[in-house]
Amino acid sequence: MTTGAAAVPPLLQARGVCKDYPGVRALSQVDFTVRAGEVVALVGENGAGKSTLMKALAGVVQPHAGQILLAGAPVRLAGPADALSAGIALIHQELSLCDNLTVAGALFLGAELRRGPFLRLGAMRAQAAKWLDRVGLQVDADTPVSALAPGQKQLLEIARALRAQARVLIMDEPTSSLTMAETARLYAVVRELRGQGVGVVYISHRLGEVKELADRVVGLRDGRNSGELSRDAITHEALVGLMVGRKLATARRAAHAPGDVVLRVAGLRTRAFPGAAVGLQVRQREIVGIAGLLGSGRTELLRALVGVDERLGGAIEVAGAPLRAGGPAAAASAGLVLLPEDRKAQGLVLGMTVRENVSLPTLRRRGVLVDRVYERDLATRAIAQLAVAASGPEQPVGTLSGGNQQKVVFGKWLAAAPKVLLLDEPTRGVDVGARAEIYARLHALAADGLAVVFVSSDLEEVLALADRVLVMRGGAVQAELVGDRLTERDVMLAATSMEAG
Amino acid sequence: MKKVLGIAALLCVVAAMTAWRSYDPVTGEYVFLSAYNLENLLQRIGLFGVLGFAAAFVIVTGGIDLSIGSVVCVAGCVLPWLLKDVGLGGAPSLAITLALCAAIGLWHGVLVAWLGLQPFVVTLCGLLLYRGWMRGFSDDQTMGFGDAAEGLRWLATGKLPLSDSFGLPVPLLALAVVAVATWALWTRTVWGRHLFALGRNEEAARFAGVPTRRLTALAYVACSLLAGFGGCLFVLDVNSAQASSFGSFYELYAIAGAVLGGVALRGGEGIALGVVLGAALMQVLPNTIRLLFDSDRLELAVVGGVILAGAIVDQSLARWLGRVRRR
Repeated sequence: MTTGAAAVPPLLQARGVCKDYPGVRALSQVDFTVRAGEVVALVGENGAGKSTLMKALAGVVQPHAGQILLAGAPVRLAGPADALSAGIALIHQELSLCDNLTVAGALFLGAELRRGPFLRLGAMRAQAAKWLDRVGLQVDADTPVSALAPGQKQLLEIARALRAQARVLIMDEPTSSLTMAETARLYAVVRELRGQGVGVVYISHRLGEVKELADRVVGLRDGRNSGELSRDAITHEALVGLMVGRKLATARRAAHAPGDVVLRVAGLRTRAFPGAAVGLQVRQREIVGIAGLLGSGRTELLRALVGVDERLGGAIEVAGAPLRAGGPAAAASAGLVLLPEDRKAQGLVLGMTVRENVSLPTLRRRGVLVDRVYERDLATRAIAQLAVAASGPEQPVGTLSGGNQQKVVFGKWLAAAPKVLLLDEPTRGVDVGARAEIYARLHALAADGLAVVFVSSDLEEVLALADRVLVMRGGAVQAELVGDRLTERDVMLAATSMEAG
Repeated sequence: MKKVLGIAALLCVVAAMTAWRSYDPVTGEYVFLSAYNLENLLQRIGLFGVLGFAAAFVIVTGGIDLSIGSVVCVAGCVLPWLLKDVGLGGAPSLAITLALCAAIGLWHGVLVAWLGLQPFVVTLCGLLLYRGWMRGFSDDQTMGFGDAAEGLRWLATGKLPLSDSFGLPVPLLALAVVAVATWALWTRTVWGRHLFALGRNEEAARFAGVPTRRLTALAYVACSLLAGFGGCLFVLDVNSAQASSFGSFYELYAIAGAVLGGVALRGGEGIALGVVLGAALMQVLPNTIRLLFDSDRLELAVVGGVILAGAIVDQSLARWLGRVRRR
């Protein structure tokens, strides 16, 4: 291994890289290497420095100390454009495409084929097909980017990196918004690229994915290297060890007896799937998972339940009392609350403080003024109860890490004393440590008598957390799985059987 | 493109209705369609259309320019001063005036793109600053050419005769040139592609290697340059500029015309033809009101009302279509 490394310098290498942000040392003496034809997974909790390291490698930020070496020679990457021309492409977690362009336009953005100042539109359209083929994206080059599904956009970004002759591909949580089929397609593309000698840096919170893809794993913890695992040494326990440096209890729930039915839904139809009626019942102390492909109507169901979206028909009963259409406020006062999918867009007001966010749905008035005492109590209690890593109730929510933001969303809705808690992708973008805390929190809430319903695209999560799983397809519940039938295979079958047939 | 069709239809309806209602039984003539009225209307469309393109350039980047009217005022005061008081020739006067306006745009661009100031703030201050500056500069006196610059004034008042009674106003031709150049720039050049990309998603464009700051600044330069050009045409047309009122509120006409023509305020969206049609509608409506009510008191109210109605119809139609498609 060492002799080989001496003969062929690695594609991209970071040596002793340090980066400070005001008041924080984000990276401290970090080493990192990617070789040609290798998939290196970078793991660590939120705030461990993964993003910063990735940005340093892609020229988005400049390290204060240390070196970046490209094929053995030190380079200075002044910006993302520099990195791109050096063959390093960064594929963002939040998809960064201009959706007003066509597929061909986005593919060639920043490196347009030109004749003088003019675009060679025909030539670009013709060449686009070649790059789209390489990633298996079957769309017309004139399709607007806004019409693509998230998975297709991801593939388009990869195609763009290939078009830029990238030799190193840095992917930040590429599967976080993909369906199962799209994820499989992405894996195939990554493997193919590896075969062609591209070096891939792969950042993921999903450990199953890391096990599946990585040739080597590099761990970061608190801005420092926390170790490396070679291919054969990658196990779930070892990965968690790299990230958190302690064993996580993955305890199953204690046995429990379900209580009365608190949520009863009959014949509910949504705008997105007017033809499909959904009926379901959830009992106290139950945790119900909703699985299904992206676009199967899971999110729409939750949104219609709390009245964010109009319901076309059907009845909803919370704790025996019918819930009339009246929007989220009516649902919340009946005890039905939703923790939405997109934390930043729908769950929090990022510019406001923890205090203001937590008290938003339950804000009490004293005359015309906000009851400040109640508000501060609420926020302080939420911070203590949920162990939010915040300096205090006055910290702006936007400055918290993803896991802590999610806790604030929790705190906000628990303050409303709900009877049924609906969650849409509760752990998206949340690291493994915070994820375990969220699971434990849900277990505790259920034990206290709450009914929990959650939607998740992470099968592992669905199987680990739910007592009962509803699989949706085409806006309707296709299968209900419990006990022995609650396996990955059965969920997949129920979610996709239409496509298979 | 759908938006352009909508605005074109609206323009046709308004124009046809106005023509029909403008029938004068005494003379047996449709006043709206008279050569005099049409020439006037087309000239004004040309003048305000240029300002519409000025506004469109920055709106496409996701910005805004509220100083257009004040830049019109700068051009309106400086051009006569150079020609008459300094005694320069027509071409150098025009060149210096345009260079000054371009410099104003560059200044905006630097403040927005490099210093990261809000376009709204920068150009709102510009609105106050330049008009105030011009009032001081002109000592609140009316600026004009007198008998000088007859040749140059052809740019604003000249007509290319098509028949004995009707000639195409030169400003309309100027607008046509600006429109075609903008169309080519936006849809056929690398510069335009990058401008639209950064207007929709600046970060993505920057990551793709687009020089976003330079391009944003250039858009502001294009804006103020066009505003200055428009200002020159306006002052050449009326031959008098009072700094306290010249070009006042023109930025709103420009922005309204561009937005009406389908240039989205969120950036990254716009078609050159739409800007022309938007500007045309903004001029036909006041014409309609003057012809039908014989007074311009209701002008602002009707213009505001029609634009709002258009926006409501546009939004409702989009929703309705979305629903139909999902079924």
